[in-house]
Amino acid sequence: MTTPLLRTRGVCKRLGGLLVSDGISIEVMPGELHAIIGPNGAGKTTLLNQIGGQLIPTAGTIVFDGVDVTSMSVQDRARLGIGRTFQVPRVFQSFSAADNPAVGVLGRKPHTFGLWTPVRRLTDCASQARAALSAVGVEDKGDARAELLSHGDRRLVEIATALAGKPRLLLLDEPMAGLGRDESLRMSALLKTMKGGAAIVMVEHDMDAVFSLADTVTVLAHGKVIASGRPEDIRTNPQVRSSYLGADDDA
Amino acid sequence: MTTLPLSVRIGIVCVATAAIAALAAFGDQTMLRFASRIAIMGLAAVAVDVVLGYAGLVSLGHAAFFGLGAYVTGALALMGHTEGLIVWPIAVGTAALAALIIGALALRTSGVYFIMITLAFAQMFYYGANAVPGLGGADGFRLPSRSTLGGLPLDNPRAFFVLSAFILVAVLLFARRASFAAFGYALQAARDDDVRSAASGIENYRLRLAAFAISGAIAGLAGVLSANLTLYIAPSSVLSWHLSAELLVMVILGMAGTLYGAVVGAAIFLALVEVISHYTDFWAMYVGIAVIARVLLIRDGLLVTLRRLVTA
Repeated sequence: MTTPLLRTRGVCKRLGGLLVSDGISIEVMPGELHAIIGPNGAGKTTLLNQIGGQLIPTAGTIVFDGVDVTSMSVQDRARLGIGRTFQVPRVFQSFSAADNPAVGVLGRKPHTFGLWTPVRRLTDCASQARAALSAVGVEDKGDARAELLSHGDRRLVEIATALAGKPRLLLLDEPMAGLGRDESLRMSALLKTMKGGAAIVMVEHDMDAVFSLADTVTVLAHGKVIASGRPEDIRTNPQVRSSYLGADDDA
Repeated sequence: MTTLPLSVRIGIVCVATAAIAALAAFGDQTMLRFASRIAIMGLAAVAVDVVLGYAGLVSLGHAAFFGLGAYVTGALALMGHTEGLIVWPIAVGTAALAALIIGALALRTSGVYFIMITLAFAQMFYYGANAVPGLGGADGFRLPSRSTLGGLPLDNPRAFFVLSAFILVAVLLFARRASFAAFGYALQAARDDDVRSAASGIENYRLRLAAFAISGAIAGLAGVLSANLTLYIAPSSVLSWHLSAELLVMVILGMAGTLYGAVVGAAIFLALVEVISHYTDFWAMYVGIAVIARVLLIRDGLLVTLRRLVTA
């Protein structure tokens, strides 16, 4: 049995009077696609934020690749190999699409204080940025300003930016949200090609995508894990069906 | 990230070179003095643009760094130290150090809090200078003599203008270059979306602090030159918050985030004040109208719009 890449142990997060994460323990194996599902307000994004470092847990531990990252800064985690995207795509608006992943490449080093050599002439940086852009299939839009891109393209550019950081664990917060039918299929196909590379923890509401892509599915409700396992077991789990999937939904 | 079309850039370089050369060759004393002032205020405006245009932070405290550069130069001159190769690095270093300390605290906040903290620090320097009788207090003081540079005097207004213009161009080219290097990219990424940049490993705080210190050093250098131009320093002229605000106006007039827009803005601002104050004491009102017109009518900045008018 291989050791998990990511392990959370009893992670709790209290926001005001509300326990948004209530003792969450999950494990993510290297190369695995781990989907997190659950109704709105279940604490899915909160969990992702604690793995990514945007939030620090009130209690519990998060261990990534043998390193306790529970209270490590976002930047240190990124350099350790935890990359992510956000629910509403975040891009560097004034940058071209190709320059967005270049920032991801720059961020792999702790110091970005180079004052002289233009980034576009840092050959490894420029080529890796281009490679990340073509990995997500938007290399033809490389020169467009990011703020002028469509919602779907921004999401792809953000994934490219995250990939350019060479993550070993990629956190995707609802990669399908707001995408049209064709774009969703394209995203599904992209995620399929990304499988087996970096491990992925993905929060998603699109059940077709979740059950066709995920190796493991964890179901959250009210901040607690109510089920975790292979997709086929989750699909037939009576507790999950009643609380989330809907009893008469064949999802 | 603003990249101007090549034709505009070539045009700027030609016009700027021609203007500097023509002034250096034919300018009389008054013109040279005024042109030196534009170069110096342009330099200070570039400092503000580093923070405003590239880090996305509104500083209302840059008078502190400008004033420190001037005061250190003046105080050392009073003690008989006038060699620029020694005095200027000390003055610039003091301004940079002050920016580093103020920045370290102010950058823990953002938005309107950042504005208020930078203003508060600058006001501390203003009232501090008012309270030092050895430096003339509120009346300020006259410098006994100009700096020399490697033993060469700077009393010739032509030489002083050429030096000021040279420093401005050198700083401008260096800052422009840095804006396309890793530092500039990371800084602008943090300006566009600091949550995203952090998630990509960019150390937002350290970058902004470095930018703020560099900006403070440039403003300090402008203060050094200003003290040498006017030979007179008072809190109300080099440390007042009006100066900080005017620098912001210059940057916005020319267009933030382009660096040379700051110089264009400084030139327009000073020219407007010079011309309008001949006719009325209410020049500030007309400058205000100019700023509003600029922001509402010329959204891409003066240079890009000019080119559009020319090529259309």
